[in-house]
Amino acid sequence: MADEIILLDFWPSMFGMRVRVALAEKGLKYEYRQEDLRNKSPLLLEMNPVHKKIPVLIHNGKPICESLIIVQYIDEVWKDKSPLLPSDPYQRAQARFWADYVDKKLYELGGKIWSTKGEEQETGKKEFIECLKLLEGELGEKPYFGGEKIGFVDVALVTFSCWFYAYETFGNFSIEAECPKLIAWTKRCMEKESVSSSLEDPHKVHGFIMGMRKRFGIE
Amino acid sequence: MAEELKLFRTWSSVFALRIVWALKIKGVEYETIFEDLSNKSPSLLQYNPVHKKVPVLVHNGKPIAESLVILEYIDETWRETPLLPEDPYERAMARFWAKFGDDKVLTSIVWGVFFKEGKEQEEAMLEAMEHLQFLEDELKGKRFFGGERIGFVDLALGWLANMISIFEEVAGLKMVDEDKFPLLAAWMQEFADSPIIKDNWPPRDKMIAKFQALRDAKLAAAASK
Repeated sequence: MADEIILLDFWPSMFGMRVRVALAEKGLKYEYRQEDLRNKSPLLLEMNPVHKKIPVLIHNGKPICESLIIVQYIDEVWKDKSPLLPSDPYQRAQARFWADYVDKKLYELGGKIWSTKGEEQETGKKEFIECLKLLEGELGEKPYFGGEKIGFVDVALVTFSCWFYAYETFGNFSIEAECPKLIAWTKRCMEKESVSSSLEDPHKVHGFIMGMRKRFGIE
Repeated sequence: MAEELKLFRTWSSVFALRIVWALKIKGVEYETIFEDLSNKSPSLLQYNPVHKKVPVLVHNGKPIAESLVILEYIDETWRETPLLPEDPYERAMARFWAKFGDDKVLTSIVWGVFFKEGKEQEEAMLEAMEHLQFLEDELKGKRFFGGERIGFVDLALGWLANMISIFEEVAGLKMVDEDKFPLLAAWMQEFADSPIIKDNWPPRDKMIAKFQALRDAKLAAAASK
């Protein structure tokens, strides 16, 4: 019986993009459904009644929510192709730790950069860069966080990179100047079809955030 | 080679308790190092430089931080008496509820209800009730969140079984009403009384004193703004 896979997503979401990368890495066919977050579909509300958020993966009718949980699920079900988590328990724990770190820090700090001004924005920028530097240190001399191939942490983090142009523009700073190795890593990831076909155009993302800034009266 | 296992914890941290329970369930021996978070040891700072928090598990010199990450590590390293289910979908559900517990239940109860008063507290209470209802529904037909025996989600939510009554006493209000949440109240009792769990709660009088002081400080800080 063929698998039926549906992804409920909203195109600018770096969380939805993580799932797209994982599905592409595993070579899986799926139906992509765009949600209008100001007018959520009955399916979304039925499949994610707790959070009412995207992304939601629906596999043979059963929903899985929360992007990192979805990515682990995909990795465990389609385990024979392109494993994203390492097999060693200690390495797996390290991968989970750093993916959790990305989740705890980057979205909120990035949000401060595009949605605030003055001192709050400056603090957001400073802390954002500190986080990226820490991640850069964790990458070290490896081509990917996963080692020789992209792994769980790469998938968790790389989707933020298409938001970098927007952060840099609204925050008036250069991420490449502060974290050149990390930017080199994003470029290396983008050479992979699974990543380049899943990430959105940074200028489109910038336009989307510009629209949000206008709506919230920040512009 | 003998295993060297150390757990860095505090006397009161419910996150660290998750690790104590898991290691007990697995029957694994370990050394406990109690930390004073106002005076963190060089070892803690070396083993958890990113967050500088407890718990940290150090296995043969290699540190693992973040309690839910540590639980999965323990489950994968000591395979008897599994905490997570075998089936990938059930595993995803377990991870979901554990995360929900930390992100929503704990946040709304501690930061919303317990550390606030007046209108802010009332609003937070409504939100907390919604979250608790999801847990109540999840328990239908089950003795524990893990099914017939304690599992990953029970350990993740286990703090409720002890902390709710402490919060209720200190803040002077009811949070988990047995009439509204019969299954959750029954689970809290059954979990708290379980052989592995009941001997490990921190001393209640110390917890009451600690959380009374924390609440007073938070309310005073808010009032002075």
